[in-house]
Amino acid sequence: MSNKRNSGSGNDVPPEKDELSSQANDELARMEHAAAFDDPIALEHEALAASAEEDRTNERRLRAIAVLRRGFAQSPELGRGLRLTVLFAMIGAVGRLIIPVLIQQVIDKGLLADEGFNAGFTITACAVAAAILVAVMFLARITYVRLVTTAELMLRNLRVKTFSHIHRLPMADHESTRRGELTSRVTSDIETIARFVQYGAMAWIIDSVIIIGTLIVMSFYAWQLAVITVVAALPVLPLFRLMQRRQLKAYTVVRNRVGTTLSEVSEAVQGAAPIRAYGLQRRSRARLDDAIQDQFKSEMSAARWFAFMFPLGDAFGGVALASVAMAGIWFGESWGLNAGSLIACLFLVQLILGPVAEIGEILDQTQTAIAGWSKVLGVLDTPVDLVEPEPGVELPNGPLDVRVEHLGFSYQTGGPVLRDVTIDIPAGASVAIVGETGSGKTTFVKLLDRLADPVEGSVLVGGIGLDTVNRQSRTERIRMVPQDGFMFDTSLGENIAMGRIGATIDDVRTSISELGLETWVAGLPRGLDTEVGERGEGLSVGERQLVALARAQMADPGLLILDEATSAVDPRTERALTTALHRLAEGRTTISVAHRLSTAEQADLVLVFDAGELVEHGSHGELVARGGRYAELYRSWLGNTGQKAV
Amino acid sequence: MAAGVPGLFRRGARLLTRYVKAHPVPFIVSIFGAAIYAGAAVGTTIILGRITNDVIVPTFESGRPEAKAVWYTGLALLLVGLLRASTIILRRYFAALLTYRTQRDWRRKLAHTYLSVPLEYHRETPTGELLAHADADIVASSEVINPLPFSVGVITLAVFAIISLATVDWFLMLVAVVLFPLLAIINQMYTTRAEKPLGVVQERVGQVSRIAHESFDGVLVVKTLGREDEEVARLEGAADELRAARVGLGRIRAVFEPMIDALPSLGIIALLLIGSWQVSIDRLNTGDIVQAAALFGLLAFPMRVFGYFLQELPRAVVVSARLDKVVAAPHEPGAATDTPPAVGDGPLSVSFADVSFRYGDDPPVLDGLNLNIAAGSIVALVGVTGSGKSTLCELIPRLVDPDSGTVELDGVDIREFDPVAVRSEVALVFQETFLFADTVRENVTLGDPIDNAVLERAASIAHASAFVHRLPHGWDTGLGERGVTLSGGQRQRLALTRALLRGPRVLILDDATSAVDPVIESAILRDLRTSLETTTLVVAHRVSTIELADEVVFLDGGCIVATGSHPELLANNPDYARLVHAYVDQESMTEGIDHDVADVGTSRLPS
Repeated sequence: MSNKRNSGSGNDVPPEKDELSSQANDELARMEHAAAFDDPIALEHEALAASAEEDRTNERRLRAIAVLRRGFAQSPELGRGLRLTVLFAMIGAVGRLIIPVLIQQVIDKGLLADEGFNAGFTITACAVAAAILVAVMFLARITYVRLVTTAELMLRNLRVKTFSHIHRLPMADHESTRRGELTSRVTSDIETIARFVQYGAMAWIIDSVIIIGTLIVMSFYAWQLAVITVVAALPVLPLFRLMQRRQLKAYTVVRNRVGTTLSEVSEAVQGAAPIRAYGLQRRSRARLDDAIQDQFKSEMSAARWFAFMFPLGDAFGGVALASVAMAGIWFGESWGLNAGSLIACLFLVQLILGPVAEIGEILDQTQTAIAGWSKVLGVLDTPVDLVEPEPGVELPNGPLDVRVEHLGFSYQTGGPVLRDVTIDIPAGASVAIVGETGSGKTTFVKLLDRLADPVEGSVLVGGIGLDTVNRQSRTERIRMVPQDGFMFDTSLGENIAMGRIGATIDDVRTSISELGLETWVAGLPRGLDTEVGERGEGLSVGERQLVALARAQMADPGLLILDEATSAVDPRTERALTTALHRLAEGRTTISVAHRLSTAEQADLVLVFDAGELVEHGSHGELVARGGRYAELYRSWLGNTGQKAV
Repeated sequence: MAAGVPGLFRRGARLLTRYVKAHPVPFIVSIFGAAIYAGAAVGTTIILGRITNDVIVPTFESGRPEAKAVWYTGLALLLVGLLRASTIILRRYFAALLTYRTQRDWRRKLAHTYLSVPLEYHRETPTGELLAHADADIVASSEVINPLPFSVGVITLAVFAIISLATVDWFLMLVAVVLFPLLAIINQMYTTRAEKPLGVVQERVGQVSRIAHESFDGVLVVKTLGREDEEVARLEGAADELRAARVGLGRIRAVFEPMIDALPSLGIIALLLIGSWQVSIDRLNTGDIVQAAALFGLLAFPMRVFGYFLQELPRAVVVSARLDKVVAAPHEPGAATDTPPAVGDGPLSVSFADVSFRYGDDPPVLDGLNLNIAAGSIVALVGVTGSGKSTLCELIPRLVDPDSGTVELDGVDIREFDPVAVRSEVALVFQETFLFADTVRENVTLGDPIDNAVLERAASIAHASAFVHRLPHGWDTGLGERGVTLSGGQRQRLALTRALLRGPRVLILDDATSAVDPVIESAILRDLRTSLETTTLVVAHRVSTIELADEVVFLDGGCIVATGSHPELLANNPDYARLVHAYVDQESMTEGIDHDVADVGTSRLPS
């Protein structure tokens, strides 16, 4: 069984990974609750961030064009109908070109015509122009609706795609420190793109069409003037590009600072109780103020570029207008110009100014959007390590046996977490896993539920290689019950129903009575309709564990993996938990990460982990008799309590 | 929304005045930039008109360009261009300064509110909502500032342009006078039509954000339940609704934007018609028309920015009203009297007189509770879940205030103290330990300069010393560093160290050692008794803990049912006896062989 993770060393990791890592780095320190399952999961990105490659890859990534190209590849729906939309936008741009041409026509043929004022021509020309303008107005409306529809569809799909991709990432990428970041990928980062498509995208199309169209019209009058306009613009381009890159960098800094501020705010909100109890308001306030000030500073340094980039258009406009006027007057006759057409050209130069200025205006928005887009694409490029087999093999019914052969696991950085673990667990057995924090026991059970793939060796459940098992079959037949039974902000009934896809409220009731939890449910204010609140905080820790058990019962798993609770709950709930757990375990293979002596005592098989190795296994009695590590643990415990010695 | 357009504008104006008043200097500088820019822009058109009449037309008539005139033409156009550019820099930089300062103000205000509202507020308000206020809402409420100076500049520009037009011809000015109010009316209609859909969009953005937040928060459960597809479907629903709302809004924009775009051009056509007629009767010359047309063209683009400004305004009004409401949330109650009453030294007594408390409309959690805890005693609080133990604990440091009755510290009603003053005397340790993203040291000292010896002493009472020293960098290990994960018991012992360092005169342990190995727990309590001068209130589940207390308080249904020593209650109160027996049963099952076992070994060695 090979593993991509392990084969990749620092340098051949895609550059996007580096970007994620550099942000992870910044937020590295912002840890929240390290639940038991949050484990010493490798922040493998950390080490990569330091790599010397980073600057170069960053530079490469800053190329907006590359982001756009990749973005379009990810969202093919953007391209659909784009040609027609662009065509419409082009026609729309004609609406703006019509005015200088009209002025020229009226001046030359209406006013300065040889035969004097030509009223008929003037009126006809104006009427035609007005008709075109109105027609173009309606066309612009259609164009805009088309653009918005396409863009919103693309955003919606990108959002769903990114969200779904994040859910498929391995647990290591879901380290609690990065959670806020992942959330911002599907929220604020996509919002920056949304803001762009609402205002910027249309402007880009129309403006570039106007600029090109104007130059074309101008070259009809005198191609030399069009060339002069372009030449005057040329020095602006490298300057623009330079500033553009600086600005993009500045915005990346801004986004990171925003992240820091939000982490601080979230600490102030989630830590509300201890902050109050310890009078920490002043300290938290100082930290928040610092973060807010840092964010402000980064925003202002980005604003410098924002302020200096835009007027480039006007400066260029001044130069272009002056050169066109001078050349037009000096060489006008020989280039076949007359007063009207030169004035038209001056208007055309003026006409370019607006779009150029507007592009300057939206560039800023575009930068932000591209930075956001690049981050979203970075997430989409993060490899999904666990490839689900399609369709995969179904696990058999009934209790499942587990065969683990030469199992080894390590995160990309850091030493091995598990080494050469081999064990046979017969179907229907109850197994307790014992070991200190960091002994590898949590990683071991994670591998049994395929929350990660092993680096070496294999896991066979019910005789089937775990990586070939169909996903739905796996999640139903193998069920891990985490210590912290996270709940969704909805009713209790719906939370329990989540235990099996497509379960009805009657199924929920059945499971509840199977586990003997009717009294508990009946005692809640609104029974199954009780709202559990954000993260299930309306319920006690013990009650959340009951829900986790009920969820497992819904699925009727053949292999149950339990992370025993470490915190004490009140006796009433404890008794309910004991009963429920007992009934749930009946007729299933159960593997418990044991935090209680009684669990180990009662288990058929005890696995003792130490420093990533399975050092002992056997029944409680056998292990105590053997006088090894387990016996030592047991003795030290007995000695310390000084009571209840058998 | 009900207030309609005038109301909205009044509110918008009031909001902007508020923003500007807070930071007048950047506003004035950017307005100055915008006004000069307007002058320079009009100047450009005047120069163009002059060039037409004085240079271009004569040159093409004579066919002989004059070098001096050509140089002047070029210089004038170049200089006026550069003037425009430099005034833009002024305007934009200072407008950004105003925007970001305003956002910083909001952020500070919100953050300070979050820190000073009562705990209940946080229990009632979802985290995602509070985060959204501090992020997207702030941006939405102040984005309108960026186009503000330019918009003010546009008004200046319009005034300049109209005056300038009047000097050309009053008839042409009339076209402008008709045209621009028309633009304003259409803009207003647009703004009104867009207000409600904008609100809907905003709301749906929030919905998407809530789902994402929750879904990633519970990712382990999502994975173990195999619910990825269902979660994706949930987000898909919200994303679809958002898309529908945005497309709806886009349709409104599609009606108005092109109209607003086309109007100035239609104005120029009218101007050409009228102007040519005036030229034909010799009331105007060609240069006048060129200048007037250039002026109209000049107005077209700024009008768009003005439109953008008007469009942002309702959103800013709605969102800032929402933020104002958040910021106005009542802070924690302060002290009733200005001067905190003096309290003596040493442990404090705590008493409850007829205290009742309920959350909202729920049945009361505490119902006329009376209790006296003698200074320096250790009291165990026993009761089933929901009996009111935690609320009782939270009343003492004023995390909540009672609905009726009084809580007294050393005989003084705690409402007379500032909550901060109370909390410097009273330390409450929660069951769930919140650790900050910082070093272990910082997490316990909380930034106070604390002597190492003091730190070690507190840590050894809390039995945290041994495991802290085994961490990679000891006290300076960052929590969140790779490989640093603390067990529940270890976290709780850090929280206890944190409390002990503050030298509390009342120490409340709300199930604060639940995840600690029972052996260590007893040791901690024994050490607390021998080495600390404090009144201690312990919410207890373990018999070994209960036995260590001087007095046991048995709580049920928000009232105290019985008090006395453990053996007394055991003998006299059958309910108590039943509960404690349940604890004993449970204890026999839950005797820990937790991560803490290793610590037991090491910490025991010296003795």
